[in-house]
Amino acid sequence: MNILISNTSGEPIYAQIVSQIRQMILQGELVSGTPLPSIRLLAKELQISVITTKRAYEELEREGLINSIVGKGSFVSGADQEFIREQRIRIMENKMKEIIDESKMLGIDFAEFSEMLKLLYEEETE
Amino acid sequence: MNDVIQLNQISKKYGHFSLCELTFGIKEGYITGLIGPNGAGKTTLIKMMMGMVQPDQGNIEIFGKETSIKNAKYKDRIGYVSDENYFYEQLTIDQMSKMIAPFYSQWDKETYRKYIEMFKLSPRKKIKELSKGMKMKYSLAIALSHGADLLIMDEPTAGLDPIFRRELLDLLSEHIQDEKKSILFSTHNTTDLDRIADYIVFVNEGRLVFNEMKESLPNKYMLVKGNKELLDRDVRKWFIGLRETEVGFEGLLNNRSEGERFFRDHAICETPTLEEIMYFTVKGNALYV
Repeated sequence: MNILISNTSGEPIYAQIVSQIRQMILQGELVSGTPLPSIRLLAKELQISVITTKRAYEELEREGLINSIVGKGSFVSGADQEFIREQRIRIMENKMKEIIDESKMLGIDFAEFSEMLKLLYEEETE
Repeated sequence: MNDVIQLNQISKKYGHFSLCELTFGIKEGYITGLIGPNGAGKTTLIKMMMGMVQPDQGNIEIFGKETSIKNAKYKDRIGYVSDENYFYEQLTIDQMSKMIAPFYSQWDKETYRKYIEMFKLSPRKKIKELSKGMKMKYSLAIALSHGADLLIMDEPTAGLDPIFRRELLDLLSEHIQDEKKSILFSTHNTTDLDRIADYIVFVNEGRLVFNEMKESLPNKYMLVKGNKELLDRDVRKWFIGLRETEVGFEGLLNNRSEGERFFRDHAICETPTLEEIMYFTVKGNALYV
């Protein structure tokens, strides 16, 4: 398992850990039941604080991706790919709701909104 | 979570300097950084924890028991690194260590040898022949060689080159792999703490500015950089510290969400480093006194 932390990316360190472990689980690189390094060991290896790795693991746990058992450590959860995908979609929906609220506040109607979305989406896929 | 060190209403007066009713706890199982400018009271606080300075008022609990001059037993479990050399200059490293060892019930000769070797210290060298960095390494070797549950270190990274500083961070992380062990260290080199500290205690002019999880500071503090035209009397008051120049201003806020709403579209909003939080807080205090 590789986790690479950038100090210059501006993305919080805990978020970098979450997204990298999440990626590995979603892509099946880490399968159900795989033990993760302990919070303290990972902090040591990355030369970061214990609380940062703890926060990352807590976030992964909330997303249902890992389970932590007191005294035994953290493991990739038994959740299947379908469940994980649904979880991710729910998170995405919440983010979309935020954007919808914001566009309502700015008086942007659905037609204009979808046009903006379409343009951005195409830009990203290019 | 337990506190390994608890300070209750500590006050001390030395002429014009005073510590004023300081109350805070240091968490067991974590690394806590004690920061503050020169003369903030960091060394005095550490000396109080070590029973070398008595507070005028208040008490200190370590490992759940109140410390007192009569009972120095608690120090058996503390690895202490002082910011000054308290070793006998005329003795060699090995002679000095033989003198220190009997004071600690858990002194481990093997561990001591390991560190002396790792730090490339020659046992036959006299203390006075050691460089500043070497003395610090020696002091660290002693502190790490008696199975201490708590490391208390006053400016341990001062005088160390960046390579050894990074190695020291590894040693400290290694120490807290056992979650019953804790570390408190003071420093003004905040880049060390930016990496590994879990909690930050910030003191300035004998007062506690905050005792916070490092991870939560970015949610609270924000650094704003913008045009001078943005600053009117009311806006100025928001800032903890402000630096104005001919070409703009930089200022620190401690109410991030509100600040973001106001400045987002008009200025650059950044997450401050520990050093910036310290700089602007100290600067701000100086302005309004």
